[in-house]
Amino acid sequence: MAALFIASLVLTLALVHKPFGDYMYRVYTGDRHTPPERLVYRLIGVRPGTEQRWGAYARSLLAFSAVSLLVLYGLQRLQDRLWLSLGLPPVTDHIAWNTAVSFVTNTNWQAYAGESTMGHLVQMAGLAVQNFVSAAVGMAVAIALVRGFARRNTDTIGNFWVDLVRGAVRVLLPIAFVGALVLVAGGLVQNFAAPHELTTLTGGTQSVTGGPVASQEVIKELGTNGGGFYNANSAHPFENGTSWTNWFEILLILVIPFSLPRTFGKMVGQVRQGYAILAVMATIALVSVTLTNVFELGGGATVPQAVGAAMEGKEVRFGVADSATFAAATTLTSTGAVDSFHDSYTPFGGMMTMFNMMLGEVAPGGVGSGLYGMLVLAVITVFVAGLMVGRTPEYLGKKIGSREIKLASMYFLVTPILVLVGTALAMGNEAGLAGLLNGGPHGLSEVLYAFTSASNNNGSAFAGLTVNTPWYDVALGLCMLLGRFLPIIFVLGLAGSLARQTPVPESAGTLPTHRPQFVGMVVGVTVILVALTFLPALALGPIAEGLLS
Amino acid sequence: MERMPGWIRQHLAAVRAVVVLTVLLGLAYPLAVTGVAQVLLGDRADGSLIERNGRPVGSAAIGQSFTDAHGDPVGRYFQSRPSAGGYDPLASGASNLGPEDVVDTLPVPGAKDAEGGPDEGRRSLLTQVCARSKAVGELEGVSGARPYCTADGVGAVLKVFPAVGTPTRAVSVNQACPAAPFVAVYRGVRVECGRPGEDYSAGRTVPVRGGAGTPAVPADAVTASGSGLDPHISVAYAELQAPRVARERGIPVDKVKALIDEYTTGRALGFMGEPAVNVLRLNLALDEE
Repeated sequence: MAALFIASLVLTLALVHKPFGDYMYRVYTGDRHTPPERLVYRLIGVRPGTEQRWGAYARSLLAFSAVSLLVLYGLQRLQDRLWLSLGLPPVTDHIAWNTAVSFVTNTNWQAYAGESTMGHLVQMAGLAVQNFVSAAVGMAVAIALVRGFARRNTDTIGNFWVDLVRGAVRVLLPIAFVGALVLVAGGLVQNFAAPHELTTLTGGTQSVTGGPVASQEVIKELGTNGGGFYNANSAHPFENGTSWTNWFEILLILVIPFSLPRTFGKMVGQVRQGYAILAVMATIALVSVTLTNVFELGGGATVPQAVGAAMEGKEVRFGVADSATFAAATTLTSTGAVDSFHDSYTPFGGMMTMFNMMLGEVAPGGVGSGLYGMLVLAVITVFVAGLMVGRTPEYLGKKIGSREIKLASMYFLVTPILVLVGTALAMGNEAGLAGLLNGGPHGLSEVLYAFTSASNNNGSAFAGLTVNTPWYDVALGLCMLLGRFLPIIFVLGLAGSLARQTPVPESAGTLPTHRPQFVGMVVGVTVILVALTFLPALALGPIAEGLLS
Repeated sequence: MERMPGWIRQHLAAVRAVVVLTVLLGLAYPLAVTGVAQVLLGDRADGSLIERNGRPVGSAAIGQSFTDAHGDPVGRYFQSRPSAGGYDPLASGASNLGPEDVVDTLPVPGAKDAEGGPDEGRRSLLTQVCARSKAVGELEGVSGARPYCTADGVGAVLKVFPAVGTPTRAVSVNQACPAAPFVAVYRGVRVECGRPGEDYSAGRTVPVRGGAGTPAVPADAVTASGSGLDPHISVAYAELQAPRVARERGIPVDKVKALIDEYTTGRALGFMGEPAVNVLRLNLALDEE
């Protein structure tokens, strides 16, 4: 059953990625602005025809994100004075900061419990809006980088406002609208009701909640966001009601990241280059999904052995295997939605979810961020290959000189620094240690997971860790902010310097970047760089736990 | 506008962009989805509420507990899975306890906890599983034995001292004195019972599998779900409960089993998820018999 479930997802993605990737290619390269879009540009006050250099593109992006941050913070702090607050008080300052950062950076880390913290207005006009636009920002950056490879002798890499609006309106919105209705058919709620109390069969009371859940759930998955309407996230029956909505939500998570390589291939004029990138992503993803299934179904730890299956924290309708597939999909992308709770996974199953994020979320990664992350790794790979044979490295006709490799290296170094320094600080201070639920190696895993998840903008958690404390809210907020925007700046800088170049003609000494050999090299570089960086930390956490039992 | 410095223009554009996109994606979009969903699928969009005698008694999607005022199972109803949040939709979530959470903190008699109530200690995930298994076994009249569990329903775990080398002392940490340890001797050392309040953290943790074979109580009956609101139980757990429910209601077991079949959702398309029995629907159907 597990194999069929995975195979059906692979098959569907194989069928969909081509037309959908081609559609996104037309969205981002077309010249025509639809009348509603022209109205939006007029309201925003930008001229859609003008092109931006990388610096202006980056400043527009940062300004938009900064304003988003302030608005989302304000909405949460003032929710008691606005409509549809359900009588909830303002969100505490540190949780509001953490949540605002988390949604603007596409992390969607949940320091809050949705049903008891956020009113309907904050959910739909605050959180869900960022679900759309933070995803559109990620795609915009990826497209800008691809333009850097595709263009020649130019200063400009596109117009941020156009990329943002088109991504949100032409790509995300139509799928979200249809997808939301599909999810309602699967039992997700979509209303504006406050919790209403009823008397159960045995005379107890229960408050059944409402809210615009389906419309938020669909974009939460499609935009690889992951912040749940409810505390239980996609394990909640109102967020993920049946075994087939579970399948559908996994498909939503994967569809854009796996289709963007096609868009990339079309934009650089060589579809096979897109397939090479897709092959790297698919190889890593398949191995990871399979291993996570094997470890969870194996149930290798004391409690799962006592139980007879790793069922703690999992729902009956999904079962162990499909929960494991969801867990792999959500951590391989930057989603972080969960349909089962990773903290209670077997040591090695839990390690896989962490390892997936440590890969830098490139297989296939978040919407946009996966593609630009993978392209940076491809740049590093041609550099490593160039060193081996003593030639100046080039990728897609662009020379990878010292400026390019510096930007790529800085991109790569940001997250390991944030993860390892953050974890070290947490383990070395009382406020950090106070949050641990579990003792021993599992406690370290909880903290390592938290910083890995925040710095990579994933947002899933070993949720036993109490993170709604000022220390964790601020520390993880900073990791999310730096882990999102520093890499984006480096990527846009890289795009700018690539776009300026005149392509060098292919020669006999050029490393072909569309062959299996190159695919293998990129997979190797991805896995080896991660292994070298994080293995010591993993050895003290999940590996120690798994071997001690 | 055009004469303003670029950096101010940029921020104005950003403010306006956030406002415009909020109206479009944060108001128009969810309202449109709500409108269409309410017209086409109003019942589900409102939470699949089930009414009896004109009064809502629950949601088909949300689990509830079928216990009496004391928290004891009501015999004529099928029981739901354990829940980390007591089936309160305002507190959804999981236990988040790890797979190697096997050592309890025993309650110290007479001591007070942080709120001034009697000290309750802390039960590990393993002990919770063992205790549930024992309780379900007693309720259904089957053996509640499981691997790594003692006969008195706690985790079968030793702390062995010193942590490295030949043992000189072994303690069954989850069994409070004066309980008889589940095993008398460990590698030549007599096993002691656990003394509440004593710090055993320096010892090596040794879970003991014991001789129990495949448990009679299914996995979902002894574990808390992810949501804390799981509306389903496995077919195996439903079948385990069928004789007791039939006895309490004075109806034939076959009748109960037929109803289980009726309220079992199979795997979607034959391969997605696991077969699951909707507990609330099943119990309502039984009440109507």
